[in-house]
Amino acid sequence: MKKFLQSDGMRTVLASLLSILIGMLAGGVVIFAVGVSTPSLGINTVWDGIRLVVGGLFVTGRDATGALTFGFNPQMMGNMLFRATPLILTGLSVALAYKTGLFNIGAPGQYLAGTAATLFIALSLGTGCVKTEGLVEPFLGNANNFIAGQVGMFPPWLVWTLALIGGMIAGALWGAIPGLFKALLNVNEVLACIMTNWIAANLVTWVFDISNLKNLVENTKIGYVYKTSFNGVATSKMGLDQVFPGSQVNGGILIAILLAVVVYIIMNKTTFGFELKACGSNRFAARYAGIKDKRSIVVSMALAGALAGAAGSLYFLSGNTEFFWSTYQSLPAVGFNGIPVALLAGSNPIGVVFAGMFMSMLDICGLQLTNLTGYNEFITDVIIAVIVYLAAFSLVIKMVLARLGKKRSGKETVK
Amino acid sequence: MDWLMQAINEGTIPFLIRQTLLYAVPLMIVALAGVFSERSGIINLALEGIMIFGAFIGVLFVRLVQQWGWFEAANQAKDWMTMQGFAVLTMAVSALLGAVFAMLLAFAAINLRADQTIGGTALNLLAPALVLFLVRILVNQNVLQMDHGDSAGWFMLKESFFGFGVGRGANKTPSMGFFGQVFVNKVYPVTYVCIILFIILAILLYKTKFGLRLRACGENPQAADSLGINVFKMRYAGVGISGALAGMGGFVYAMTTANCTSSGEVAGFGFLALAVMIFGNWKPGNIAVSALLFGLFKCIAASYGSLDINGDGIYALKELGVSAHLYRLMPYLITLLVLAFTSKSSRAPKAEGIPYDKGAR
Repeated sequence: MKKFLQSDGMRTVLASLLSILIGMLAGGVVIFAVGVSTPSLGINTVWDGIRLVVGGLFVTGRDATGALTFGFNPQMMGNMLFRATPLILTGLSVALAYKTGLFNIGAPGQYLAGTAATLFIALSLGTGCVKTEGLVEPFLGNANNFIAGQVGMFPPWLVWTLALIGGMIAGALWGAIPGLFKALLNVNEVLACIMTNWIAANLVTWVFDISNLKNLVENTKIGYVYKTSFNGVATSKMGLDQVFPGSQVNGGILIAILLAVVVYIIMNKTTFGFELKACGSNRFAARYAGIKDKRSIVVSMALAGALAGAAGSLYFLSGNTEFFWSTYQSLPAVGFNGIPVALLAGSNPIGVVFAGMFMSMLDICGLQLTNLTGYNEFITDVIIAVIVYLAAFSLVIKMVLARLGKKRSGKETVK
Repeated sequence: MDWLMQAINEGTIPFLIRQTLLYAVPLMIVALAGVFSERSGIINLALEGIMIFGAFIGVLFVRLVQQWGWFEAANQAKDWMTMQGFAVLTMAVSALLGAVFAMLLAFAAINLRADQTIGGTALNLLAPALVLFLVRILVNQNVLQMDHGDSAGWFMLKESFFGFGVGRGANKTPSMGFFGQVFVNKVYPVTYVCIILFIILAILLYKTKFGLRLRACGENPQAADSLGINVFKMRYAGVGISGALAGMGGFVYAMTTANCTSSGEVAGFGFLALAVMIFGNWKPGNIAVSALLFGLFKCIAASYGSLDINGDGIYALKELGVSAHLYRLMPYLITLLVLAFTSKSSRAPKAEGIPYDKGAR
């Protein structure tokens, strides 16, 4: 027990578990308070609400008597993994920047930049093998040309690869902007990131507004861009659809995990990663040691941007997700949620994978809550906010844990 | 000068000034909120969140009061003095709850010595989540509105209240003239309340013992402590005033530019206010000027399509053929550029962002 509590990694994990617990408790208290004070909900719904927040992933619905039924649902499990993909990547983005001393609140903008580049590449390069299911009649004849202005004829896998790389490059460029402002002009990166977020939101709306990628063939969909599957481009399922039948899961989750491992290796096993981290802990000491601190800041932000861009790419390359292009009034929540993911993981790339899955589980729980009770999904955002709040003083929590560990080990020696 | 006279008489210039003030005043007051916090040594990144929370509280209060029927008679009788009293009361409620909300940041940053950037971000996440959760439960949609009527009908001044421009045709009494058009007609008087508050608080910060002590805690808390100033108390006061102003600013923003609705967002206004604060170099006078500048940009972005500066029936800015999207992203782009030009020489309070440690040297 002594060793267990004194290792730093273990303490981080315990502190994170503790914040999750307190966050859930806070969510439970809010549900209780609202349930009791709102006549239309009542005390009876409180228990259902709390159970859904904690275990919504394993709830299958309500039986004839109206009680919640529990069970393993592979479809929901797969959807959880699917939603975890972008969260893991934006989490990695924030974590990488945080390790290098930068607070990347610009992930939403980088995510949008990646999304836009990916969609443009994936839809503008012709593949000649358009999936026709789901298309309306007039386009069946020359389905190949229903998106005006398509160029060339490429194999779908090449278009997919180019789209992913393009998205990452776009994200990297967008992330490099606040990096440059910080390194050269001493602008606070938080404010620069916030401004680039809103600029990205407006720019993306602008480019799609004048593009010909707006979905015109499905009349019910107003304001959406074509799915990439209309051009035959979609992430391979890699057999995961056999494991989780009926869900949206695809190979993206494996790519996200692979990227997490890559980030781990870069940050912990290479000189390059060490330089970035050194610059983060003390910019001036790093400069004294011969590290180019300005370059490091820009590179860190660009790498973080590339990861957030990959989040957008992989989410929309799945083929069955649609992008609502008129996004100038709101920023994608998945970008901001990279922050709690990274904080929960203690900025450890491998930890980010688990934290991302936890976050997407919370997402699913929120949707279940909306579907099955009078409460709504925003309670999960409250829980996330509480977790971030606790992360702000995680050092204090860790210190308390360390002291607890010492006390306990003290007692053991007395025995 | 013909076109200028035309513009004044046609009401374009009064419109421009009114609209600019509409955006500038919340920016100014929230930027001052940032100053109070940072001058005491705490970075308040949560301005946006506190604004969202304050806006929600204000709108909810207005809605409840309407349901209780308190000011119904006064509104029917067009008793504008009483109605403005209602507006100020709501501002006070928003300010109070804004300060309470900001205590979350104060507690984490002062007592628990938390990372202030993350603490502020947590509040920025918490406010919209909590607001949307409650709004959805209250009204089963994502926007909380007034119970009945609209913001203009309840809180706006009109020249007709004073006997100007009343009646029809030949019997119509004369309009109020230029100054009346700019400063009275279609104006929300809370704007002036905010400006007066801004001046009082600027004096408080720069000309009183309390203000000097507060600023000392943001520059050199150790020295302040050695002179018997309670740094913790001063920082609580700074964050408290900051929260009150931001909460109030949130409600003023919701009332004057969003028709008194709350939907869990204020379009990045809290962050723009932070930029205004940095651009204004943490000084109230400069902040007032830069807030007016930003207000003008916001105003152009919001109403470029209906601006007819010289009254010849041509909407000059629209005729330029520049996309609406460009006008929308202008305020953010300009903020970024302004930050780039001012950040190098700006002088932030020396001790901001550093938790106070009595034992540190």
